[in-house]
Amino acid sequence: MAADLWTALFIAILTAFTGYEVISRVPTLLHTPLMSGSNFIHGIVLVGGIVALGFATTDLERAVGFVAVVMGAMNVTGGYAVTERILAMFDRAKKGGTKP
Amino acid sequence: MTSIAQYIVDAVYVVAIIVFILGLKAMSSPSTARRGIVYAGAAMLIAVVVTFLSPNLSNFAWIALGIAIGGGGGYYWAKVVKMTAMPQMVAIFNGMGGGAAAAIAAVELLTSMRGATAYLSVAGAIIGSISISGSVIAFLKLQDWMPSKAIVLPARQVVNFAVLIIAVGFGIYAVGWLHAEYLALFYTFLVLYGILLTLPIGGADMPVVISLFNALTGIAVGLDGFALVNGPLGDAGYAMVIAGVLVGAAGSLLTILMARAMNRSVGNVFFGAFGATEETGGPTGTLRPIDATDAAVLMEYAGEVVIAPGYGMAVAQAQQKVKELADLLEAKGVTVKFAIHPVAGRMPGHMNVLLAEAGISYDKLFDRDEINNEFPSVDVVLVIGANDVVNPAARRKGSPLEGMPILDVDKAKTVIVIKRGKGKGFAGIENELFYQDNCRMLYGDAQAAVGQLVTALKQS
Repeated sequence: MAADLWTALFIAILTAFTGYEVISRVPTLLHTPLMSGSNFIHGIVLVGGIVALGFATTDLERAVGFVAVVMGAMNVTGGYAVTERILAMFDRAKKGGTKP
Repeated sequence: MTSIAQYIVDAVYVVAIIVFILGLKAMSSPSTARRGIVYAGAAMLIAVVVTFLSPNLSNFAWIALGIAIGGGGGYYWAKVVKMTAMPQMVAIFNGMGGGAAAAIAAVELLTSMRGATAYLSVAGAIIGSISISGSVIAFLKLQDWMPSKAIVLPARQVVNFAVLIIAVGFGIYAVGWLHAEYLALFYTFLVLYGILLTLPIGGADMPVVISLFNALTGIAVGLDGFALVNGPLGDAGYAMVIAGVLVGAAGSLLTILMARAMNRSVGNVFFGAFGATEETGGPTGTLRPIDATDAAVLMEYAGEVVIAPGYGMAVAQAQQKVKELADLLEAKGVTVKFAIHPVAGRMPGHMNVLLAEAGISYDKLFDRDEINNEFPSVDVVLVIGANDVVNPAARRKGSPLEGMPILDVDKAKTVIVIKRGKGKGFAGIENELFYQDNCRMLYGDAQAAVGQLVTALKQS
């Protein structure tokens, strides 16, 4: 049982270095979209919400699990739409910039 | 126990994680950023679908209803909101993630409070609850639904610390002595702590705050993942550990980078009550107004005009008018440049995004470091709704803004400031620039004022 926790800990340590490396040289310009994008990625919490609600047995667990799913789903779709909108403007900028 | 369906679920999680990391990587470079969010979106979609379809799950109807309500609501809200409200939308959706993490931890604790896993759930609950309550306060401040000024209560450091200790105490007591009825108090005090932590932070620091809460939500999700790896669908837990810690690490680094762009430390943002100190003996002198016609003439006969936009341009949605103004000036042979302060507006990159939306070319946008030495030779600087980022008080010792990097627009030959009224900036500090001899005030909403300049230029 504890072995799973150790495995998760090793994974977490390696992931932390990955996260640090992946964005260590990012221009200021991208701070906002990147914050918004990483905000979307932790929407993976929805998966946890589905598991929590999917295995809930009492009414109280179901109620709290339902709250988790609603909030997690908002994090996912809202986070995606916001990031999409911010980045869409960068695209238009590039097109606008090439005009004489 | 391990069925074929289970193998498929696991394999999909592995693929999703790889695509998540590639997506985040793509998002950190301007040319691939757009692709990055699409990758991450695809990864999320397959991870969620495969979880939903995984074996042994019950309460399907509730799950579907929750996804429909939350997902539909979040998507609709994010789509209809104005572009200027993006910072607070990031805050609120981040808060939702933190809330979800706290709620998952609660379900785990209600199910079982035995073993090390329970303490991991407690940790996830602590961080998730602080993230949601703090993010909601940040949202309310940015949305102007509550005063954005720093609200400082007496002895707040002591009170805040006590509230946190009480909360943690309830959590440990509930788990250690199996008293589930204390979980409600545990959560109540955590939410209170998140509110107390965020209230004393002024609006100007909100980008750093949102970024930190973003990293915290990531960590809370990771901790929930730890608690789930021993559960019935353990590999969902590993997926959460990876995605959560990835955001926790990337988000922490991003927070430090943002704080550095403002020449502050993260600790100073949270415990310094920036913007709450009342300055005594502010600048004295008179403000010199100018009308649009005179301002237009000044710019028309200038060799070089630098435009320094700020939040005022964003609220007034004036970027199209600004583009028109820049085009007219260039047609008359004036060199036009844009000086972008890294934290102008409410978030790093806010101005770049808006000007880009208006179709202003990248090569006319200059970072603070690129353009700051040029100001003494610039004829006219047009400040559009920026305030704290051009306040020379930042160079003076003892000012609440001390040390914040600013655009040195005050060194230009003439400065024209478009400003709605005589109010102070977001930091609540008088701007010494406005009282200088070379500064002229053009009062009005940014959209209207720039419109008048455009009209005046067309007529001349």
